[in-house]
Amino acid sequence: MSTTTPLAKAAGGTADFFDTRVGAGKMVKEFARKVFPDHWSFLLGEIALYSFVVLLLTGTFLTMFFVPSMTEVHYPEDALPVAMRGVEMSEAFASTLNMSFHVRGGLLMRQIHHWAALLFMASIVTHMMRVFFTGAFRKPRELNWVVGFTILILGLAAGFTGYSLPDDVLSGNGLRITDGVVKSIPVIGSYMSFMIFGGEFPGTEIIPRLFTAHILLVPALILALIAVHLVLIVVHKHTQYPGPGRSNRNVVGYPLFPVYVAKAGGFFFVVFGVLAIMGATLAINSVWAYGPYDPSPVGAGAQPDWYMLFLEGSLRLMPGAPEFVIAGYTLSLNVLIPAVVVPGVLFTALAVYPFLEAWATGDKREHHVLDRPRNVPTRTGVGVAILTAFIILVLAGSNDILATHFNLSINSITWVFRFLFFAGPVIAFIVTKRLCLALQRRDRELVLHGHETGRVVRFASGEYIEVHQPLTDHERWLLVGHEPVRPLEIGPGENERGVARPAYKKAVRRSKVSNFFFADRVEPVTPSELAASHGHGEHDEIESAESNEGLLTNASTRG
Amino acid sequence: MSDHSKTDVVVHDGSDPLSVGEKDLDRFPNPGLPEHKHRLSDESEAGAKRVERQIVILFVLSLLASIGGVVGYFVFPLDATLGSVRASTLSIGLGLGVGMLGIGVAAVHWAKALMSDVEQVDERHAQRSDDATRADAIQALKDGADDSRIARRPVLKGALVSAVAVAPLAFVVPLVGNLGGDWNVRKFRYTMWGPGVRLARDPDGGLIRPEQVTIGSVWHVIPDGLLGSEHMLEEKAKAVVLMVRMNPSELTEAPERADWSWDGIVAYSKVCTHVGCPVALYEQQTHHLLCPCHQSTFDVSDGAKVVFGPAKRALPQLPITVDDEGYLVAQSDFHEMVGPSTWERERYSDLPVSDEEKAH
Repeated sequence: MSTTTPLAKAAGGTADFFDTRVGAGKMVKEFARKVFPDHWSFLLGEIALYSFVVLLLTGTFLTMFFVPSMTEVHYPEDALPVAMRGVEMSEAFASTLNMSFHVRGGLLMRQIHHWAALLFMASIVTHMMRVFFTGAFRKPRELNWVVGFTILILGLAAGFTGYSLPDDVLSGNGLRITDGVVKSIPVIGSYMSFMIFGGEFPGTEIIPRLFTAHILLVPALILALIAVHLVLIVVHKHTQYPGPGRSNRNVVGYPLFPVYVAKAGGFFFVVFGVLAIMGATLAINSVWAYGPYDPSPVGAGAQPDWYMLFLEGSLRLMPGAPEFVIAGYTLSLNVLIPAVVVPGVLFTALAVYPFLEAWATGDKREHHVLDRPRNVPTRTGVGVAILTAFIILVLAGSNDILATHFNLSINSITWVFRFLFFAGPVIAFIVTKRLCLALQRRDRELVLHGHETGRVVRFASGEYIEVHQPLTDHERWLLVGHEPVRPLEIGPGENERGVARPAYKKAVRRSKVSNFFFADRVEPVTPSELAASHGHGEHDEIESAESNEGLLTNASTRG
Repeated sequence: MSDHSKTDVVVHDGSDPLSVGEKDLDRFPNPGLPEHKHRLSDESEAGAKRVERQIVILFVLSLLASIGGVVGYFVFPLDATLGSVRASTLSIGLGLGVGMLGIGVAAVHWAKALMSDVEQVDERHAQRSDDATRADAIQALKDGADDSRIARRPVLKGALVSAVAVAPLAFVVPLVGNLGGDWNVRKFRYTMWGPGVRLARDPDGGLIRPEQVTIGSVWHVIPDGLLGSEHMLEEKAKAVVLMVRMNPSELTEAPERADWSWDGIVAYSKVCTHVGCPVALYEQQTHHLLCPCHQSTFDVSDGAKVVFGPAKRALPQLPITVDDEGYLVAQSDFHEMVGPSTWERERYSDLPVSDEEKAH
C-alpha cells in the first residue's frame, strides 16, 4: 500500500493484522457496501433492538445496587424516604428504595429501565404488525417470523420477571394472581405453585429465582435470538416496498457503509436519548408510594404494565360459572380459559399464520417485495381482527379505570366487553376487508381514468366531460405492479375412470381455506384493460366506469 | 374472469423462486427507477457548508450536555429538588439524554443531508442451493454416515439414543425435586385460625371486642399471634379475614351456619376464590364486597356468595364467637380451603385437619 500519513499507515497496519488472522478483508468486501432499502417502518424493529441495548446497560447499573433477597429487614431510621423509616420489608424492597434515594442516578436508571421495557414491548408489537400487514413473513422469512415471535414471548417473560423484583405491594399482588392461575392447572397445579415459590406463597425464594431468570436466562435467550434474527435479515436481504425499479430480483437502497452506519447507529443514540429524557422527567413505578409487599392490602385501580393488560382483561371478562367439580376434582375453567386458552389461541394463531397463508396460496416462491395491505384484504382483515380482540382485552383490563373516569357501571362495561370480545373481531374483519377492496377499486379507477383535472370541456355536440390526466408509468406501477392471487382450483373428485382421487378431502379443505383468503378480490388493471378503456374514444372516462364493474370480483358466483 | 384464469395459469411451483410478478403475460412492465433528484446540498457548496455547520452544532450541543450531566452528578446533593423532581436525577438524565440525542440527530442529519443519496441496486439470489451443491451435501452426509459405520447397527443406535435421552434426568430431577421445598401441598388446607384464636386488627395486632365493631364498619383482621410468627407472610397470605357488622335482620344465614356469626358480625376469608387477590372494597349500602383485581363481587349479607365477576365460589366463612374475656375469637379454622381453586381442593374439604398436622 502506498500510504503516506501516519494515520493511514496505522489504519493499514490494523487492517493487515485482522485480515491475516480472520480474513477481515473478505468480510468488509462482502458487507461494507451491502444495500438496504429505506422506509420509516423498518425503524420499528430497530427501536426494539436499541431499547434492548438500553435495557442491558441500565439493567447492569441496577444489579450493582439491587439485593435479590426476601430476608426481612427494618428500613433504617435515618434513610429516605421518611415514610418508610422503620417499616418492615424485604431486602429486595429496601435495596430498591436505597438505589432510588441514595444512589445518584439510581432512580434515573430505574426509570429509564422501566420506560425502555415498555418501549421494547411496544416496538416489538408494532414491528410485528408491520411485518404482518406487509406480508414480510412470507417465504423465505417464515422462520425469522417464528424467531421474532419467540422474542415477543421472551419479552413478556422478561417484563414479568423484572416487574416483580422490587417486591412492592403491587407486584406482589401480581405474583399472587400468577399463583392463583398456576393453581388452577389441572392435576399438577398445586405442585407447580410449590415449585415456583419453593413452598407456599410467597415464601422466601421467588425473588432470587425471578432475579436469575430476569438477568441471566431470559436476556441470554433474547440476545441469542436477536443474533439469529439479524443474521437471517442479512441472509435473506431486507424486503422492500413496491415501487418503480424495485422487483423481486433486486434490492434498492443505500449502502451499509456509510449511510446505514450513520442512520442506524445514529438512531441508537436517538432512542437512548429519548429514553434518558423520559427517565429524567417522567416518574414511573414509584414503589415507595405503594409500600413493601404485604398479603393483606391491595390498591384499587391498579394496572399491570401495558403488555400484560390483555391477560388481566381476559381474566376480568370471564364469568365465574364454568368452574366444575368432576368426581371430586375441581376444574377451574373460569381461570384456565382466560389465562391459558385465550392467550394460547392468540399466540398460536400468530406463530403459525405464515404457514397457514402459504398453504392457502400454494405459492412456493420467494417474496421480497412487500404487499400494500389493501392488496391482501383477507390477511389485513385477519390482522385487524386479532388486534381488535387484543385491544378489547386491554380495555377490559382497564375497566375499573374506565368506570371511575367516565362514571359508568363496572358491571355494564364488563358486559359490553364480553359481547364485544366476540363481535368486535368479526365486525373489524368484515369492515377492514371491505375497506381494502374499496381502496383497490379506487386504485383501479385511478389507473383506468387518470387524475381528475377539474377541467370541463364542451364538445361540439353540446356534451360536457371532465378531462382526466392519465397516470405516468411510474405512478401507475405502484397500483398495478402486484400479482393477483387467485384461489386454488381443485379438479373433480374422481379421475376419468371414476376412481376416487386419494387425499381429495384434504384438497377440498385446502380449497375452502384458499377461497376464504382469495375468493373476494380486485385484480390490478392489465395493459389490455387499460387499452380497452382508452379504446372507447372520447367517452372513455364515462363508459369505462360502467364496464369496470364486471371486472372487479367474482366473489358472489364462487360463493 | 374464469377464462382469464385458465389462459394465464400462474405457475407457483417454486421452480424459479424469484419469479413473482413475471409469469403473467398481460402485465405492465416495471418502468425502472425514477430519475434521481439532487438535493440543495449536492448542488451548492454553500448548502453543503450550511448542513455541515448544523451537524457540528448538534455534536457540540451533545458534548456540552454530556459534560452537564457529569457536573450534575457532582454538584447536586441527593435531597435537592427542582420542582417535584430531584435535581440530581433531572440533571444527569437530561445531560445523558441530550448528549445521546445530539449525537443521534447529528448522525442521521449527516446521513440524510450530506451523504450520497443516490440509490443503489443489489441483486437478490434465491435461498435454495443449486442442484450440484445439494447433491454434494447429500453425498457428504452419506459419506459421513458410512464412515460412522452406524448404518446396519441398530443396537448401537438404540444405545446412543437411550443414553442421551436418560442422561439429562440426573440433572433435571434434582433441580425440579428441590424447587418445591417439602412439596406438602396439604398446607393450603389450613390456616392459623383454630378454636379460641382471637381476632386481631391488621396491621397493628390489637384485639377486638364486639362492642367496638359498629354497624356498617369493615375490619381487616388477622389471627392474634401472627405478628412475629415464623412464617408470617405465608400464614398471613392465607389467614387474612374481612369482618363486617350489619343489622342482624339484614343477614341471611344458612341454617348450618346460624351460630357462625355474632350479633350481626360476620367474618369471611379476604382471599378471593378466583385467583387469590385480597378482596378489599366493601360497599356499605349493598353489603357487596368487591375484589379490585378482577371485580369478583360477593354479597356479605348472604353467605358472601358471588353476585358478579369471574369467581365461582363464595368466600369461606370463619366461624366466630366471643370468649370469656369478651374478645372476638374463632370457633375453628375455616371449614374449607381458602383462596383460589386447586385440582384437589374438594378432597381437602372432607378431611379433618389434626392439630399435630397444623403444628407441623
